[in-house]
Amino acid sequence: MRRVVVTGIGMVSPLAGDVETTWSRLLDGKSGAVKLTKFDTEDYKCKIACEVPYGDGTDGTFNPDKYVPAKERRRIDDFITLGLSAAAQAVADSGWEPQTDEDRWNTGVLIGSGIGGLPSIEKTSLLLAEKGPRRVSPFFIPGSLINLVSGMVSIKYGYKGPNHAVVTACSTGSHAIGDAARMVMLGDADVMIAGGAEATICPIGFAGFLATRALSTNFNDDPTAGSRPYDKDRDGFVMGEGSGILVLEELEHAKARGAKIYAEVVGYGMSGDAHHITAPASDGDGAYRCMKTALNRAGINAGDLDYVNAHGTSTPLGDEIELRALERVMEGKGKGVSMSSTKSAIGHLLGAAGAVEAIFGVLAIRDNVVPPTLNLHNPSFETDVDLVPLKAKEKTVNTVLSNSFGFGGTNASIVMRRFNA
Amino acid sequence: MSDTTERVQKIVIEHLGAEADKVKPEASFIDDLGADSLDTVELVMAFEEEFGIEIPDDAAETIQTVGDAVSFIDKASA
Repeated sequence: MRRVVVTGIGMVSPLAGDVETTWSRLLDGKSGAVKLTKFDTEDYKCKIACEVPYGDGTDGTFNPDKYVPAKERRRIDDFITLGLSAAAQAVADSGWEPQTDEDRWNTGVLIGSGIGGLPSIEKTSLLLAEKGPRRVSPFFIPGSLINLVSGMVSIKYGYKGPNHAVVTACSTGSHAIGDAARMVMLGDADVMIAGGAEATICPIGFAGFLATRALSTNFNDDPTAGSRPYDKDRDGFVMGEGSGILVLEELEHAKARGAKIYAEVVGYGMSGDAHHITAPASDGDGAYRCMKTALNRAGINAGDLDYVNAHGTSTPLGDEIELRALERVMEGKGKGVSMSSTKSAIGHLLGAAGAVEAIFGVLAIRDNVVPPTLNLHNPSFETDVDLVPLKAKEKTVNTVLSNSFGFGGTNASIVMRRFNA
Repeated sequence: MSDTTERVQKIVIEHLGAEADKVKPEASFIDDLGADSLDTVELVMAFEEEFGIEIPDDAAETIQTVGDAVSFIDKASA
């Protein structure tokens, strides 16, 4: 099988509009949670979110004008703008510019989203009710469709290879990376632009997730304390938004053009819980099997894992189930492995989460440091696994596993390793 | 320049991001101003909204230029 390496990364997160500022703020223990500004939350039990810091681009703010003209943004949902922006960063970072038709045919895009254009669907439904069908924009459907991030990236750069999109709720980002890596391994493409984008901080998104009882509601007066994976006071996730995009490239292709190589994608595991539409299976078997499969694919022993980027959403049930599943993977030898949840700082980016978190894994390998789990003052259980409470930790990081689990009982794990020729 | 012309030009500039001096009466939305078929649907909706008129689909298809739009709107509002 052909080998696949990461040669470019791009990100828009609640901490910043780019990868490096996000990463340094993450390591500094900063949180992206704020009192929600996008709509009036008076009737909502949750009043906090991890919003992307829009601005003029200074001080790490996200300036969409840099990536997508204002005229175009009016016609597309925010998740597409975020995806196009992160993709532009990743492509520039990789330095990959197809020169020939063959180059273009061998470059594809696989960017997913958990929900897609929910704010546009909400606004257009209200317009339809108020003014009737003749006022619905011709850009409503193409501007809301999940695969239009992939579509617009391909149009912008002329990538004519596989054009695909994943929709697996909160596992989307990880599935996108895993599936895209396989397309490169199997020779469907030499380069794939892969990841996820999400922007569902809107009234109907909040009302919907509140109804599932998934959001944190106890920290409305102290937003940065809301996302607290593993802590005994955790009471739900804090919604985030953003996008993470990686350039995945066949090894020889990357070497031939002298590309910078961040890490190698060596393992991918998938499983289904077959249990419940929103609740994780309490035995953690789905989580266990997808981690185990990813490690087997990679040919790596669990004992060689240095860092696990947890799904860890800060919900009462899920965090411990995932931890116990990891302990089972480690065969009781949890000592030596670090597992943190970066959702403690950026919230839950839903369909973008797995992609953003895989990038954190890549950076952990690059810099030999693991990001912290914020707000973890009192773990609600005992474990030998290092949960990296409160402060980032310097350690040798050669092998990383990143987990994502989604509604419907869909699980994905990605394993990445420091690149060795 | 009539009031209708000015208002039509403003909408066209806003929606198509066209340069003001190119938005002449004879300018074709698709051939001269870079619109695609979805843009023209959106333009017609914007004219309806701005002038409080209804432009039926078969009439909308005949509105190809800035001047076509102005004369249709003037007739419809008369």
